[in-house]
Amino acid sequence: MSGYSPHTPADVEAMLGTIGAASIDDLFARVPTSFRARAALSLGPGLSEPELRQQLEALAARNTGALTPAVFLGAGAYAHWIPAVVDQMLLRSEFATAYTPYQPEVSQGTLQAMFEFQTFSALLLGLDVANASMYDGASATAEAVLMARRVLPGRHTVWLSRALHPHYRATVATYVSGLGDLDLRELPFAADGRTDLAALQTLGGDALCVVLGYPNVFGVLDDVAGAARLARAAGALTITATAEPLALAWARSPGASGADIAVAEGQSFGLPVSYGGPGVGLFAARETHIRSMPGRIVGETVDTRGRRGYVLTLATREQHIRRERATSNICTNQGLCALAVTVYLSLLGRHGLRRLAEVNAAAAHDAAARLAAAGVSRLLAGPFFNEFVVRSPEGVASWEALAADGVVVGFPLRRWYPELDEALLICVTERHGAEDVDRLVDALAPAKARTRAVRG
Amino acid sequence: MLLDEPLIFERGSPGRVGWMLPAASASIELPRELRREDDLVGMPEVSELEVVRHFVRLSQWNYSAATTLYPLGSCTMKYNPVVHEALVRLPGFSALHPLVPDELAQGALDLLAQLEEALRAVSGLDAVCLQPAAGAHGELLGMLLVRAYHRDRSDARRRRVLIPSSAHGTNAATSTLAGYEVREVPVDQRGLLSARAVAAVMDDSVAALMVTNPNTLGLFEEEIEAVAALVHERGGLVYMDGANQNAILGVARAGDMGVDIVHFNLHKTFSTPHGGGGPGAGPVAVRAALGAYLPIPRLVRRGEQLAWSEEAPKSIGRLHAFDGNFGVLVRAVAYILRLGGPGLTEATRHAVLNANYVRARLRGTYHLPYETPSLHECVFSDRDLQEHGVHTVDVAKRLLDYGFYAPTIYFPLVVKGALMIEPTETETKETLDAFVDALLRIAEEARTQPTLVREAPHRTRLARLDETRAARRPVLRWRPPPRETAEIS
Repeated sequence: MSGYSPHTPADVEAMLGTIGAASIDDLFARVPTSFRARAALSLGPGLSEPELRQQLEALAARNTGALTPAVFLGAGAYAHWIPAVVDQMLLRSEFATAYTPYQPEVSQGTLQAMFEFQTFSALLLGLDVANASMYDGASATAEAVLMARRVLPGRHTVWLSRALHPHYRATVATYVSGLGDLDLRELPFAADGRTDLAALQTLGGDALCVVLGYPNVFGVLDDVAGAARLARAAGALTITATAEPLALAWARSPGASGADIAVAEGQSFGLPVSYGGPGVGLFAARETHIRSMPGRIVGETVDTRGRRGYVLTLATREQHIRRERATSNICTNQGLCALAVTVYLSLLGRHGLRRLAEVNAAAAHDAAARLAAAGVSRLLAGPFFNEFVVRSPEGVASWEALAADGVVVGFPLRRWYPELDEALLICVTERHGAEDVDRLVDALAPAKARTRAVRG
Repeated sequence: MLLDEPLIFERGSPGRVGWMLPAASASIELPRELRREDDLVGMPEVSELEVVRHFVRLSQWNYSAATTLYPLGSCTMKYNPVVHEALVRLPGFSALHPLVPDELAQGALDLLAQLEEALRAVSGLDAVCLQPAAGAHGELLGMLLVRAYHRDRSDARRRRVLIPSSAHGTNAATSTLAGYEVREVPVDQRGLLSARAVAAVMDDSVAALMVTNPNTLGLFEEEIEAVAALVHERGGLVYMDGANQNAILGVARAGDMGVDIVHFNLHKTFSTPHGGGGPGAGPVAVRAALGAYLPIPRLVRRGEQLAWSEEAPKSIGRLHAFDGNFGVLVRAVAYILRLGGPGLTEATRHAVLNANYVRARLRGTYHLPYETPSLHECVFSDRDLQEHGVHTVDVAKRLLDYGFYAPTIYFPLVVKGALMIEPTETETKETLDAFVDALLRIAEEARTQPTLVREAPHRTRLARLDETRAARRPVLRWRPPPRETAEIS
């Protein structure tokens, strides 16, 4: 038996004696026998630790995409270098195997780290206050729309940019579908990849919020300030959603640009791409809206002897107190991932983070220039950070073949945008060396691509 | 020194660098209106060693399941196998981008298919979605399925969800988020949801019943089959909150109980680290009739290959940027493979044995509000301590002095001053004895030295914290000193 139960037969006997039961079966006497008769688990016999390792290693080895030499995928998940310190801290059992800090006197490690996480979120997003995390960037965006609905009851029109990550838009649509009182409208994007703000000129009194990606799904930095001015004039809120938060070490923060609520996916900061999860949602807002925020919030206080400490606070917003009137149903969030972000941002700090952002911007712009020189030009030419869109019908057509050959040349946008059927979204970070970019240029240069297509 | 650790923002010195790459080859300038102008003032300027010391120290201020018994009821704080941490870090899993071609992710898809299969087996239901990131996320998915099901049948009458008074707060909050009104159904004197109570409120306005089984008192809902039949007769659906499935692996399946939708808390039942509050995973299993509404993308088999499909016209859509907390799912698969059917069944049996042992030893000293035999957890109250001015919160704080984390307190709401204890199967008899002995001594102290208990904890780094003050005057972040801020504006 490979279980982790420690009991010897003698233990079991002694415990049953204390309980006054003849057998463990007796403890289940109140479960109808008809259920028990059918519940035998048709699962395997169990494995030793070496056997388990072999099975999982074999599965991992079949994920050749993880071992592909050059991957230029971003589109919501970003592979950055992870300093060794980050993972070492995540492996500390005291953090990893604790739970929601209901007993603050023996959870100060988690609580202080969450308070620091909230501070990092607020600093980076340029807003006053932040919560202790949401599930991911997409669900955080949905929660931001729901928060706007609490702040401005009676307004029902939500303007979502078409250049907001389509998975984020879909998640918003799912989250609000049950309420049935919100009307989702789409803002188109212009030829430069930025959101076309024309529709915001005539916002009515029913406008609840405007939601922009920042950078948006094309890697382009939208005009948040322009959108926020128009939204504010109509009394509506501005929400930004950032899938690549490293961009915010370089580009103006959402808060400084006029956003009222800003969310981000924190995976870039110290977490592996891990096939899309776990990541962590950052969520920040203006202080005036604090009691409408979703999620756990940590606050500073003192103990009975006046020493500083931290506790979960403003719990009267939350499901375990407020039940059906709670601001959100969220309970367990992404605590350990928030810790990863906290360790990562502490370590890089003011100078390392800025440097990393500059390196990313330089690497991506250099790659874009080299591609252009090779005849692969940019589509959607707005200002970008570490991700950009090129026109490459050949690259799109032979995407899977190129990937099998060792270079994933970006993401073919046609899956999400039929109107961009020849477009590749390419992400270049500090992890891509000159040789990687050589492979990319080599794979996409029209002459080469044509030869390959002929060879089939 | 070791007992004091400032905020990371209060450490360091201007210009100090922790972790930094070589400078970029070129400087790319953004248009002025898009440039970040605060130069990241406020972000830490600390060395790598300062960061290491900072977080190692913080970690030492936590109690955790790896340091001590963590008997938090409804949370299943069992041992999290260390080997899983190595497995989830295999580059084949951790470095896999979610948008690679499916052909290059066959191992991951196979693993997910195995997990779906295992959860179908455990639940006795037909289809599984692995996307939800936590239990409450699974609840939302489940209640949106309820809505889609009724809408698809053009049944617009249903606006209500029935929830027993013993339910988790998330059930009520989720129902509201899904657009439903909540109607609470009182549990009976046994602590159970009776068919009679459900019959009294069940009508055509009810979309679903949400029920936790075993419930939050640790009791198996004996009338579940009859209750489900009543709900089904009037066209409603039955949702089961699966937070307590550690009590019924190999003992009872949701599908056999008449349940239509159930969520799992993989971090509880299948032993993934709780992370100080996540990440978890909250997969949902459903009856075939609800399969069409499950989120996209779906895992499908195409010949020899597995692939994602978004062809699902009736799907409720998506609830996550990608396909859920994959890293958590890897650990859950490892746990299921390692234990297998026999190991999981034994886990449940010993979890119930341990909880009953604790219950047997504590009853008589602590008030047991419901005498009905319980499974994986037991709920006591502070009724008999109140004459000494000692309350549940005091008992919880005093337990910290004895080196144990506290049970869940003041929940479920049907018990006044509840102490909800879930020891899990991985604790030894010796540990349980030490824990029970501590609780027995605390009861004694409540009689003889009530102040000692009321002012606990005494042996922790900080004494009792003032939660009222935190809420009244919220300080929710560190702020840069005013002088520095003035310089940049």
